[in-house]
Amino acid sequence: MNGPIVEACQMEHAGMQEVVEVGGLRLLGEVIKVKNGAATIQVYENTSGLKPGEPVYCTGRPLSVLLGPGLLGTIYDGIQRPLERIAQISGSMLKRGEKTDALNLSRKWDFTPVLKVGDEITGGIPFGEVQETESVLHRVMCPPGIAGRIEEIVPAGRYDGKTTLCKVKQADGSLRELTMYHYWPVRRGRPTAARLPLDEPLLCGLRVIDAFFPIAKGGAAAIPGGFGTGKTMTQQAVAKWCDAKIIVYIGCGERGNEMTEVLREFPELIDPRSGRSLMERTILIANTSNMPVAAREVSIYTGITLAEYYRDMGYDVAVMADSTSRWAEALRELSGRLEEMPADEGFPAYLPAKLAGFYERAGKAKTFEGKTGSVSVIGAVSPPGGDFSEPVTQHTSRFIRCFWALDRDLANARHYPAISWLTSYSEYLQEVAMWWKNKDHDWKENRSVLMDILQEENSLQHIAKLVGPDALPDSQRLTLMVAEYIKNAFLQQNSFDKVDMFCSPEKQSWMMKLLVNFTKRARTIIKKGATLADISTMRCLPRILRMKSEIENGDLKAMAAMEQTVNSELDSLERRFGR
Amino acid sequence: MKMPGLIYKGVKNIDGPLVFINNISDVAYDELVSVTTPSGEERLGQVLDVTATSAVVQIFGGTDSLSPADTRARFLGTPLHVPVSKEMLGRVFDGLGRPKDGLPAPLCKDWRDVNGLPINPYAREYPRDFIQTGISSIDLMNTLVRGQKLPIFSGNGLPHNRMAAQIARQAKLLNEKVDFAIVFAAMGVKNDVARFFIDSFEHSGVLNKVAMFLSLADDPSVERLITPRSALTLAEHLAFDEGMHVLVIITDMANYCEALREIATARGEIPSRKGYPGYLYSDLASMYERAGRITGCEGSITQVPILTMPNDDISHPIPDLTGYITEGQIVLERELFQRGIYPPVAGLPSLSRLMKDGIGEGRTRPDHPHVASQLFAAYSKVKEIRSLAAVIGEEELSPIDKLYIKFGQEFEKRIISQGETEDRTIFQSLDIAWEVLKILPRSELLRLSEEELSTYYDQKQSMEKTN
Repeated sequence: MNGPIVEACQMEHAGMQEVVEVGGLRLLGEVIKVKNGAATIQVYENTSGLKPGEPVYCTGRPLSVLLGPGLLGTIYDGIQRPLERIAQISGSMLKRGEKTDALNLSRKWDFTPVLKVGDEITGGIPFGEVQETESVLHRVMCPPGIAGRIEEIVPAGRYDGKTTLCKVKQADGSLRELTMYHYWPVRRGRPTAARLPLDEPLLCGLRVIDAFFPIAKGGAAAIPGGFGTGKTMTQQAVAKWCDAKIIVYIGCGERGNEMTEVLREFPELIDPRSGRSLMERTILIANTSNMPVAAREVSIYTGITLAEYYRDMGYDVAVMADSTSRWAEALRELSGRLEEMPADEGFPAYLPAKLAGFYERAGKAKTFEGKTGSVSVIGAVSPPGGDFSEPVTQHTSRFIRCFWALDRDLANARHYPAISWLTSYSEYLQEVAMWWKNKDHDWKENRSVLMDILQEENSLQHIAKLVGPDALPDSQRLTLMVAEYIKNAFLQQNSFDKVDMFCSPEKQSWMMKLLVNFTKRARTIIKKGATLADISTMRCLPRILRMKSEIENGDLKAMAAMEQTVNSELDSLERRFGR
Repeated sequence: MKMPGLIYKGVKNIDGPLVFINNISDVAYDELVSVTTPSGEERLGQVLDVTATSAVVQIFGGTDSLSPADTRARFLGTPLHVPVSKEMLGRVFDGLGRPKDGLPAPLCKDWRDVNGLPINPYAREYPRDFIQTGISSIDLMNTLVRGQKLPIFSGNGLPHNRMAAQIARQAKLLNEKVDFAIVFAAMGVKNDVARFFIDSFEHSGVLNKVAMFLSLADDPSVERLITPRSALTLAEHLAFDEGMHVLVIITDMANYCEALREIATARGEIPSRKGYPGYLYSDLASMYERAGRITGCEGSITQVPILTMPNDDISHPIPDLTGYITEGQIVLERELFQRGIYPPVAGLPSLSRLMKDGIGEGRTRPDHPHVASQLFAAYSKVKEIRSLAAVIGEEELSPIDKLYIKFGQEFEKRIISQGETEDRTIFQSLDIAWEVLKILPRSELLRLSEEELSTYYDQKQSMEKTN
């Protein structure tokens, strides 16, 4: 016995990844190795006080999550124990061996059948509906692996989780009884009818992401950054404002207070799209850094399985995993205790395979019913010392296509979100550009104009640092000035400002247009002989800087008025220096 | 069945602080062991690793004078427990909670497992109550709130102890009159450092509110692994059973981590960065996460751990992993210290994550969040301009850049720097901040709202003009 790793003998009948209960306290564990009749078990709880010789009970099923209505708005630990119910049972400290159903099976739901007797049904096809929250309609599906003809189905009414709602006669003549709930093993991805190409952006309401480094629905992104650069802040902002229908937020090895913050703040925030509380679409998985390390390893699988379940109903789901580095470290710790041969920096050699397996569960898919659903994964990475060359960051970047690198200098200047425009990238640009084109014809071009200015500014800064900015010609100093405006007026976003915390796509493309137009005209005016001072004393400039918080998302009138003010001031300048 | 009092005579191996015992039965993981040396002295140990027939035990008192043949071991059947009670305030203990001040053991209410239990995230209360430390650089820009864990990242020779003592002396809430109980844990620090804290508490008359757990530099290093846990166990009792507000000061985490590394190496574990074990993060978290508030409990635990960064390197595993767990950090800067600035709080790398919810309207003053944000933005610009000035010379700077240089000097002289006994209210700190911000032209202050500027910036200027 060594920490969370326990070896049990006479386990010839135990299967790999089977769930077992260990010792008198019946601590939950999972079989991870079977050798010569001895099983190695990873225990999800603190093993203090456990003795050699205590019994191990096999359950005969792999580690699974319970799926069904009631998941939304709940906070779970890494192995899907409802923390709220546990707090009611055992008080504010987490005691060991505490067990309770993941969902309240005796709660009654209004069930409406959508199929009738005689209909064919296969796994993944819904046979009824439950209004889970005001904004989410829960589709009660036949579990994958079952197919046949409906023999019996209950009429609409209120049923609890133990009632058989539907009986299915399978091809081999056996009868399967379906309730509102079923189990699914967490380490196996749920099947879909087909994988679809990604073509739609996941709009996050953060300008630097949506406009510069977009992620597609069904895509995978990583947010690497040293401590204090705002990984959690960025993830929380995305969780709050992205246009996914369901959010699964996994706090994996992070701070307890952060989970509390989400738990207290989300119910009070209103989703700008559905007009309902954000908590109604959120599931929290909390394995804080002081909770058992073995459960941390499994928490991200628990989270993504719940996400896949909602995807199968035809919803867009976004998974926030904060932080995958802690998950990798949990792997390392367990691997060390198993005395496996280490690879890079003590991480086990199968780390890349595990990471790939996780990120590949993201994707857009056709459900068996014919709808489309997606799972987007956004994983935070916490590289030691903020050094992106460490194994977790490096391996992760092989399996994601969107890299939001957080920058220490930006964070130090309290420029949030501190996503660096120099080192981040998104490979989804091509995919989502078509979507934007239908909304705003010039989106892609405007984006590249702004990007070019920032890149040019970076190289000019090198010179400016040597000779001072005053030694540069006015045209280049204009670039420096405009870059400042792009950073302050567009990229920086205040998540505590009532207006600025969420930016609609319309407002974003309007802001981009305004900045691009301003830059182009200012350049012409400088060419015509104006000095930088003429431009930098324009009266509309302070208003440009404040437009992000002063102009409301849908306020087209204010936008038009603002555009006119800027243009007319530019007009008069142009007239002064014209011809 | 446990046979109480079964004594094993003789051990197999002794390696550093670890003892390997063979032919045992019925021993539990984490169980406490009493080991008797050949001369009859009794020492405590803890089971680290156990199989059906053998166990690895770490000895808290050190393994000197133990011999394989003549050592006796008795397994006590429980994990390590320490006594807790309110009576422990005003007393000095060793790392395992045994009195060190020569007085009899206090009446204890309960014995608790030093490892504690993790707080259910659902039962946590989000920390929001502003603590006024009277130090502008903390109150203004890196606000401490009740239930937070905010470490001081320091270096050897920097005045982190003086600063921690000042925080302990001055910490108070704005609206309520509640005093903090202080639990102080020292691991591997020098005797004079412990002396300094005792004197400082004595001078300010709070000694009867302080419980001290000392495991000094000459005590066995294994004891350091238990010291902070004993302290936090008492803190949890005071906060969550007695409803007190507890400030826990732990110094020095670097020594703790070194002791952990020592044990890990002795056990032959696979090291990760710089020889520290791979579970250093989880291990640190199991202590830091014991700060906080619980719904329905009056009390709170606020942690201020101190750690000296080896070679002032913030990317060293100890500060690095700490920074990932704690809710911010106060970083002390050698350059400021050499220039005679006390407290030498580095402007930019310091951070308080919980600040945003503890300040502003109804908590401190409505303009506080924006003032803080503006100070950070302007000071980061100062740093940029200073590095430019180092190349092209200060004379060549533009007029605005020169104002920034002046702002930087005033910022360090008036906002950061203050006396060791100077206790500024948050309102004084904010007023000073506005005076310093006034050096910059209004158009540069983008993080402040129009309204705030007209209330504070314009008014002060017009007042000055009339004067």
